[in-house]
Amino acid sequence: MLYREAGQFKTSYGADQQIFPILQDRIFVLLVIVAAFLVVPAIASPYLYTEILIPFLILSLAAIGLNILVGYCGQVSLGTGGFMAVGAYAAYNLWLRAPEFNNLIVVFLFGGLMAAAVGILFGLPSLRIKGFYLAVATLASQFFLDWMFARVKWFTNYTPSGSVAVGKLEVFGVQIDQPVERYILILAIVVVATVVAKNLVRGHIGRSWMAIRDMDIAAEIIGFRPLRTKLSAFAVSSFFIGVAGAMWGFLRLGSWEPLAFDINRSFQILFMVIIGGLGSILGSFLGAAFIVLMPILLNQLPGWLGVKMSTALLSHLEFMVFGAMIVFFLIVEPHGLARLWSIAKEKLRLWPFPH
Amino acid sequence: MASSEPEPAMLGPFLETLIGGLLTGVLYSLVALGFVLIFKASGVFNFAQGAMVLFAALTLARLTGAIDGREVHLVHFIVAAAILGSALAFVAWYAWREYVARGGGAIERRRILLLAAGGALIGGVVAGAYGKGSWPLWLALPATAAIMGVLAYAIERLVLRHLVNQEGIILFMATLGIAYFLDGFGQTLWGSDIYKINLGLPKDPIFLLEGVFEGGLLVDPGDLVAAVIAAVLVVVLAVFFQKTRVGRALRAVADDHAAAQSVGIPLDTIWLIVWTVSGLVALAAGVIWGAKLGVQFSISLIALKALPVLILGGFTSVPGAIIGGLIIGAGEKLSEVFLAPILVKQFNLAGGGIENWFAYVLALIFLLFRPQGLFGERIIERV
Repeated sequence: MLYREAGQFKTSYGADQQIFPILQDRIFVLLVIVAAFLVVPAIASPYLYTEILIPFLILSLAAIGLNILVGYCGQVSLGTGGFMAVGAYAAYNLWLRAPEFNNLIVVFLFGGLMAAAVGILFGLPSLRIKGFYLAVATLASQFFLDWMFARVKWFTNYTPSGSVAVGKLEVFGVQIDQPVERYILILAIVVVATVVAKNLVRGHIGRSWMAIRDMDIAAEIIGFRPLRTKLSAFAVSSFFIGVAGAMWGFLRLGSWEPLAFDINRSFQILFMVIIGGLGSILGSFLGAAFIVLMPILLNQLPGWLGVKMSTALLSHLEFMVFGAMIVFFLIVEPHGLARLWSIAKEKLRLWPFPH
Repeated sequence: MASSEPEPAMLGPFLETLIGGLLTGVLYSLVALGFVLIFKASGVFNFAQGAMVLFAALTLARLTGAIDGREVHLVHFIVAAAILGSALAFVAWYAWREYVARGGGAIERRRILLLAAGGALIGGVVAGAYGKGSWPLWLALPATAAIMGVLAYAIERLVLRHLVNQEGIILFMATLGIAYFLDGFGQTLWGSDIYKINLGLPKDPIFLLEGVFEGGLLVDPGDLVAAVIAAVLVVVLAVFFQKTRVGRALRAVADDHAAAQSVGIPLDTIWLIVWTVSGLVALAAGVIWGAKLGVQFSISLIALKALPVLILGGFTSVPGAIIGGLIIGAGEKLSEVFLAPILVKQFNLAGGGIENWFAYVLALIFLLFRPQGLFGERIIERV
């Protein structure tokens, strides 16, 4: 009853091409953003920030980046962790070696740009290699980058342990220290990046990605250049992933070592994209929420039920349940949570009628 | 002294490294073989192969009593009982469904008997494993093989059947889920200590070609046995694929699902067979690996080692998996021994360890020239 577009007429091209054509959607999204900026800081605890909200937002951004590559352009990549590492270490080195740029926005952008450059480099094989061969080939980037940041001492500023730490962060002269400040900064970046990503994928460039995804030879014949299209997808995707990696290092961890960006990170982000929904920006958020929240819930569950378990057994059970949930979700809805969301919206529009 | 002839002093270590690498490569081949079998027959990129290797090795280690005199945990008992109970319940439920589906008529007795036997076997194995004693190897090996068969059946029935006709990446993700599940399941069931599988192999290194080189070449006999087992396995598989009726059906399914089905080849059964066979290959790999390095969680990571072998040899080629494994194994060891020190010196690195990525880069370079791998079928694209 409330959710119905009847009577909302479009009288201009602008109105016809809005991201959210239905008024109720616009109000809802606006409310969510306002709540995230104003209500959450008023009620959230530090635990909520550091363990749930900050990881969720950062990994959402990484998932959006990977979704551009896998969901929109159809190039399966298992090198996400490596590109996040590039972002993090590039940002770290700029922050360390050029103190005059001690502005997190500049630092993060630099991390993203470097990741984009590396992404283009490792995207080159995609011109010849396709499908699962490409997926395995991207693992080469993952392992090589892992190794590089662990072994080449310059990147870690010759620290003996190989782990790096950052302190004294600021944005345009404002100190970023408390969890709430980090949260607001991350939220602002993620909102801007989401708008950019959404507009990219519904514009000309996004359509060329989708054409390549759906059938690359046909797309080539009607005039999309595979080189430019595929590499632009790699670049844009790696840029988002690199920014997410830099934020993960600077704002989530504070001090980190290459292990923070190993292959499990790549799988984690890929899970988010698949569970959330391939080719959906909203799905990236839903998938990230799912993957961030589920281990926490699984971890807490025995405590709530009053069962005592050894930590080893608990972690094994966590593995089991996690794997089973993944399989279960894929069987129930292979198109991801985003599809469930849109089905729910369809139903809501017709409610209370069944058809 | 710049001569192209390698000096004799270098040749010995070189050959030794090469042989060591080739023998490791055999193990990669075994894991890659499991991948290839499944990919060929069902188009599923089975990431769970490494987890299957771990599961098989853990089961065998536990059955042969690798950890004697260990107190049995109460939780383990409960988990075992739960699994036993659910297995029996599954059998009962399935029989009932079958019964109803046939309108209450005659049930296919063979099938129920088979399922009951499977359930009883799981129960027996679990009970045996949690008892005090340990099984002899000749009994534990077939039991583990049977468990791998049951596992294959469960995967086919509970996961793959529900995902028929989905895109490749969805199936890949499902096998990733299976891999997580198996990693957790194996360790919940059998514990996560480091076990050692004892095959009773000679331990002392042997020396080859002592006449040619000073001191001869150092070779681990366990590695040699492993290589022989792998070779036998490959021959058996080749005969199975080329000469038997089932093998012909497998090849038909690999060629074209729809056509195979239309001439009356049952896809379900074929997939079950394929998963079972790759489960057995996983068992072989697990046994050898476990005997060499001990059974522990890191075994499941050898799936990652097998992937460059796959892209090098081609996803669909059995000989490709073997030769690819040998190339990768040898290349990895040689690069670690000879290339890494140069890199470390040149770039002032904190240690070598390039074998983690070298295989991938090697495979990548091959791929740039042959995108379908060394032995893969030529990719023909049409609009």
